[in-house]
Amino acid sequence: MDVLIKNIHLINPEQNLDTVTDLLIENGVIKRIGKIENINNVETLEFSNAYCVPGFFDMHVHFREPGYEQAETLLTGANSAAEGGFTGVAVMPNTSLAIDNGDLVNSVLAKTKSHLVDVLPIGAVTVGRKGEHLAPMAEMAEEGAVAFSDDGTAVKTAKLLRYALEYSGMLNKIIIEHCEDESLAGGAMNEGKISTELGLPPVPAIAEELTIARDIVVAEYTNSPIHIAHISTKKSVELVRHAKEKGLKITAEATPHHFTLTENALKSYDTNYKMNPPLRTEEDKLAIIAGLKDGTIDVIASDHAPHAVEDKEVEFTFAPNGIIGLETELGLTLTELYHKKILTLEEIIYKLSVNPRKILRLPLPRIEIGEKANLTIFDADKLWTVDKNKFKSKSRNTPFDKKLLTGKALAVINNNQLHIID
Amino acid sequence: MSLSTKHLLGLQNLPREDIELILDTATTFREILDRPIKKVPTLTGTTVVNLFFENSTRTRISFELAQKRLSADTVNFSTASSSTKKGETFKDTVRNIEAMKIDIIVVRHQSAGVPTFLTRISNASIINAGDGFHEHPTQALLDFYSMKEKLGNIEGKKVCIVGDIAHSRVALSNIYGLLSLGAKVSVCGPPTMLPRSIENLGVKVYYDINSAIKENDILNVLRIQLERDAGNAIPSLREYHKYFGITKERLDKYNKDILILHPGPINRGVELTSEVADGEYQIILDQVTNGVAVRMAVLYLLGTLPS
Repeated sequence: MDVLIKNIHLINPEQNLDTVTDLLIENGVIKRIGKIENINNVETLEFSNAYCVPGFFDMHVHFREPGYEQAETLLTGANSAAEGGFTGVAVMPNTSLAIDNGDLVNSVLAKTKSHLVDVLPIGAVTVGRKGEHLAPMAEMAEEGAVAFSDDGTAVKTAKLLRYALEYSGMLNKIIIEHCEDESLAGGAMNEGKISTELGLPPVPAIAEELTIARDIVVAEYTNSPIHIAHISTKKSVELVRHAKEKGLKITAEATPHHFTLTENALKSYDTNYKMNPPLRTEEDKLAIIAGLKDGTIDVIASDHAPHAVEDKEVEFTFAPNGIIGLETELGLTLTELYHKKILTLEEIIYKLSVNPRKILRLPLPRIEIGEKANLTIFDADKLWTVDKNKFKSKSRNTPFDKKLLTGKALAVINNNQLHIID
Repeated sequence: MSLSTKHLLGLQNLPREDIELILDTATTFREILDRPIKKVPTLTGTTVVNLFFENSTRTRISFELAQKRLSADTVNFSTASSSTKKGETFKDTVRNIEAMKIDIIVVRHQSAGVPTFLTRISNASIINAGDGFHEHPTQALLDFYSMKEKLGNIEGKKVCIVGDIAHSRVALSNIYGLLSLGAKVSVCGPPTMLPRSIENLGVKVYYDINSAIKENDILNVLRIQLERDAGNAIPSLREYHKYFGITKERLDKYNKDILILHPGPINRGVELTSEVADGEYQIILDQVTNGVAVRMAVLYLLGTLPS
């Protein structure tokens, strides 16, 4: 793949790079940066008002293969990621079968190896995600697992978590925790004023906070890194902030829906507002935004959770949790955080590209001659209306259909491939 | 006069005028129930389907009788004969039934919000006959009718709802409707049975049943749902009865003028003693009779809305 990109605004805060120039990529590798005349037989792209940054990476997605291919496959999920401006994702292991051994890790990589998007498997912490005994983490790491998680639930007991952290620490891999106390879980929405009004079974914020507190204590004890997935409450942000102040190896992520929506949306009983953790209060939402701003929350991740329409469009309490997010993530981030002057473009590049790779100990793409081109090109000001029927994801479960967003990915480049976004 | 809404999903957003119109209309139908021939041709040609995804005896019979007395054509669909057990989605079930040309759907479902969901997938008028722990508007309306019948007016009256508020669909509908009609509303029960932030709805909270009896004109006593979470929320039925049960001694001692309502079915010896359930303070069977009249009024008002 050879391409000449003219007049493009290159930004990589890791390199102190911030310049408008031309970029020549030959055979997937950055060949020249600077003023470049058109070259015969080389495709020339010229975007107006576009940024080119190290490819975005979403460290929390669900691609449903194997087991629920009617909702998403590794291929449709990767296509959705590319369409949303991502060049890499980490897929959660709560498929059926759960990704809990080296062969399954290998099969995820084998099925996606020719794709533009790097699809990197996260292995299960426990066999079958059952919370009984440790899965073969060293073997999974050797086959290419980038982290471990029992996502969908927390690691069941403090004892198992302790072992998991000690063991993963030896492998220089992190544990990603879905923090939710089992005994308090099981509701359909956040507990509070709105759940009382709607008569929906509630799950209290403390279900999340208790497990974060447990995890911080165990992580401190084992001195191993832990990453808290999709934090959603004010107290969760406070717990993580406090742990970071103490210098613990804690990182955290938040989803676009938790910094965009609140539980008020549930009043429609639309199952596209049903997710876990649930949408919380305005106060929680503001705390998430504050946590993103002050660096308590390192990463923005979608928790892309596809569900087939026949599974999702059902009675509210019967509907599965989760929404798809890869194709609205950048637009929501730019609309809600950049244009509202919460985060700078550089900070957004950290949360969508640099930090997730750092946390997973992956190499950071550089915009430099001789480096592999791993790039996202986006227009931060482009107005567009979400149309779920145009999604590349196989599923349509989004609450953001018809929403007007400002900012959209235009192209992604990775693995010697170029994808121009519709 | 006609209702401002095509559906009766709940009382939360139903204007006071609509509640009053239903109660006034019910008075006319209540009178028909005392006639030798208890039937009018008002809804001839209107088709109503009763979609009951959860067990119900009195609500379903009450709706069915109301429909028959208005000469509507009625069809029943209950979980026992439900195709949802055969792997068909709720949406497909409803669309298939609606394809047979249905005017009104009466729905009971264990999942809150199903009536709202139905309005998105069906063109029929939807009547909520109880959804999860959300609302049961016709039960509340028949409670109001019965209170008015006995006390003349609801405005300014003090009404306390007693029991497992968190797992009750009757409580929320009562709270919304009574507040809209100008009553002073309170709830009484152990904190484990009160939903969080209940006071935000504008109700007072009692933990002491004797004070609740003393300070209110009406107690609406809820069934303790043995089959639900009650087992975890209270130490035992014995202890519940001891501290929250309505006994004749308590009523005699603290408030001889009180009126006791209960939506049924009663757990005798738990929330009410038999002496109270059959005694002079209660109007439980009047509620049941009035329920038919109130449901006739709702069906009539929705069934004759100008399209």
